[in-house]
Amino acid sequence: MKSLGNIRREFAPWNKPDAKPYIQFKNVTKRFGDFTAVNNLSLSIYEREFFALLGASGCGKSTLLRMLAGFEEPTSGQILLDGQDLRGIPPYRRPVNMMFQSYALFPHMTVEQNIGFGLKQDGMARADIDTRVAEMLKLVKLSQFAKRKPHQLSGGQRQRVALARAVAKQPKVLLLDEPLGALDKKLREETQFELMDLQQTLGLTFVVVTHDQEEAMTMADRIAILDKGEVMQVATPAEVYEAPGSRFVADFVGNINMFEGKVADRDGAGATIASANGVTIRTANAGDAAAGSEVAFAIRPEKIKVSSKKPESGDNVMEGEIYDIAYLGDMTIFHVQLGNGQVVKASSLNATRATEDPLSWDDKAWISFRNDAGVVLTR
Amino acid sequence: MNASWSRFNITSIVLGFAFLYLPIVLLVIFSFNESKLVTVWGGFSTKWYVSLFHNQGLMDAAWVTIRVGLVSATLATVLGTLAALALTRYTRFRGRVLFSGMVFAPLVMPEVITGLSLLLLFVAVGLDRGFFTLTLAHITFSMCFVAVVVQSRLVTFDRSLEEAAMDLGAPPVKTFFQITLPVILPAIVSGWMLAFTLSIDDLVISSFTSGPGATTLPMKIYSQVRLGVTPEINAACTILIGIVAVGVIAASLVNKRREVQRLRDEQAAQRG
Repeated sequence: MKSLGNIRREFAPWNKPDAKPYIQFKNVTKRFGDFTAVNNLSLSIYEREFFALLGASGCGKSTLLRMLAGFEEPTSGQILLDGQDLRGIPPYRRPVNMMFQSYALFPHMTVEQNIGFGLKQDGMARADIDTRVAEMLKLVKLSQFAKRKPHQLSGGQRQRVALARAVAKQPKVLLLDEPLGALDKKLREETQFELMDLQQTLGLTFVVVTHDQEEAMTMADRIAILDKGEVMQVATPAEVYEAPGSRFVADFVGNINMFEGKVADRDGAGATIASANGVTIRTANAGDAAAGSEVAFAIRPEKIKVSSKKPESGDNVMEGEIYDIAYLGDMTIFHVQLGNGQVVKASSLNATRATEDPLSWDDKAWISFRNDAGVVLTR
Repeated sequence: MNASWSRFNITSIVLGFAFLYLPIVLLVIFSFNESKLVTVWGGFSTKWYVSLFHNQGLMDAAWVTIRVGLVSATLATVLGTLAALALTRYTRFRGRVLFSGMVFAPLVMPEVITGLSLLLLFVAVGLDRGFFTLTLAHITFSMCFVAVVVQSRLVTFDRSLEEAAMDLGAPPVKTFFQITLPVILPAIVSGWMLAFTLSIDDLVISSFTSGPGATTLPMKIYSQVRLGVTPEINAACTILIGIVAVGVIAASLVNKRREVQRLRDEQAAQRG
């Protein structure tokens, strides 16, 4: 049997030109009065994909999900599911199921009745419903809670009932609205992996809405980053993090240092960038940024090395002063103020219990990074 | 906090409760009076209760009251619930504020005005006054109380419950009867009870809108008292008080027990 990792590594239908998208948003716009929640958005999601819609509140991610479920109709544009246009199909006839942020468990029904509700609507035989419900309860490890009412369950158990109820009908697509939002941190981390396993076991397409980037990065095959109703970037977690397509994405996902400036010179793939506040940066890959154009050089804190002595070699070396230190246990984040006043964040992993090169507030320090450590952003 | 009883506190409580309950206590005591004179104690007796049940006029009035109460409370609950649903669900139509104001205006409308306007209406359309008009009038004034009670529940109703039901394949009508109705049922029941209570003790509007053969208990009592209070009336009132008290106490006990059970369940769930 293949391990989860292998399946996931091989899974990349979005790179195959002949792969057919399973869910397609085609120029979808949704307006509520004067407010445009979703603006001319196009997006493709593939079968069996774990797809995350990531964005701040009000970016339109929940509206997208609700349009897929059928609670909202697009003002214009088209949504296709497995080639079928969804316009005009009411929620109760769509082959998708949703797990709600509030879980929306029916308070007057037991766990069993909640999970069986959808099956009953389909007119399934009583005995078949019982079998299926028992199966679902086993899947989410809640068999001994079958007769309880929702208010007799803890938050984590309620979440699992909601999940079981949503997958009981074996929908083509499972929609999850902030599925882990109401859980505490520890439980959230465990549940992330449970969700991923479940998705693999059931072979369903998952579309999850979240504002938590860590959650999206951990679980999703691909992430769509949304802002003001538009897609900023759709890519795998690693691509989003290491090769953000714009300043917005770079800034939105994780921590990043930005150097605004101009391309001073291009040589092959690389370039020299002169930042607006007097720093010169050598980079090995500048994409298609033309010489003289306005760009931002962006680099993640963990790719910057901090030391008390000047490094003997290095593509980019800058001198500064320790401005602030945040000790987080597993790592330390240094805020280094450069000669020009700009503060650069650099994190270093605390791999040993005592560091050989202790740095303290106001110490003189050097930062250095390789010429392939950052990205050049033109947008 | 200092929990000791200051003289001032004790005095205000005694005075307050005396003010509230002394008249009722007197009424109950004198319903067991042997003497025919209402204000002179002549020894303990239950004879007025016996004679009450042989007073055909009072028993008829009680029967009318109960029938009007049941019918009007039920119909008012249906209409009031529909009104509450419409006003909480369709929030985008023009003039919603005016409409919701108009549903609740009868709450503060002087009863004399409601009664008189209903009387004028019934006369204008040529309806013979009696059981039917009485019931209609009771529906009219109790409906808005039901609407208020149900609406306050609907405001906190989680709409995603309905969306979840539809998402799982239940069409809107099924969703309403399987999810919405059961969840808001406690509010509907208390709306019904409120409507029933209002109906059985209404005097003013009933006097305007009822006709021969449809005298309610409050009307009967009021008309008899004008001829002089008899201990029989005291007995009837004591029974009414008893019924209301038992109802209120039972309802609050059930509520309390449910609340305690719920808290206990939740704590158990949190512990795992």
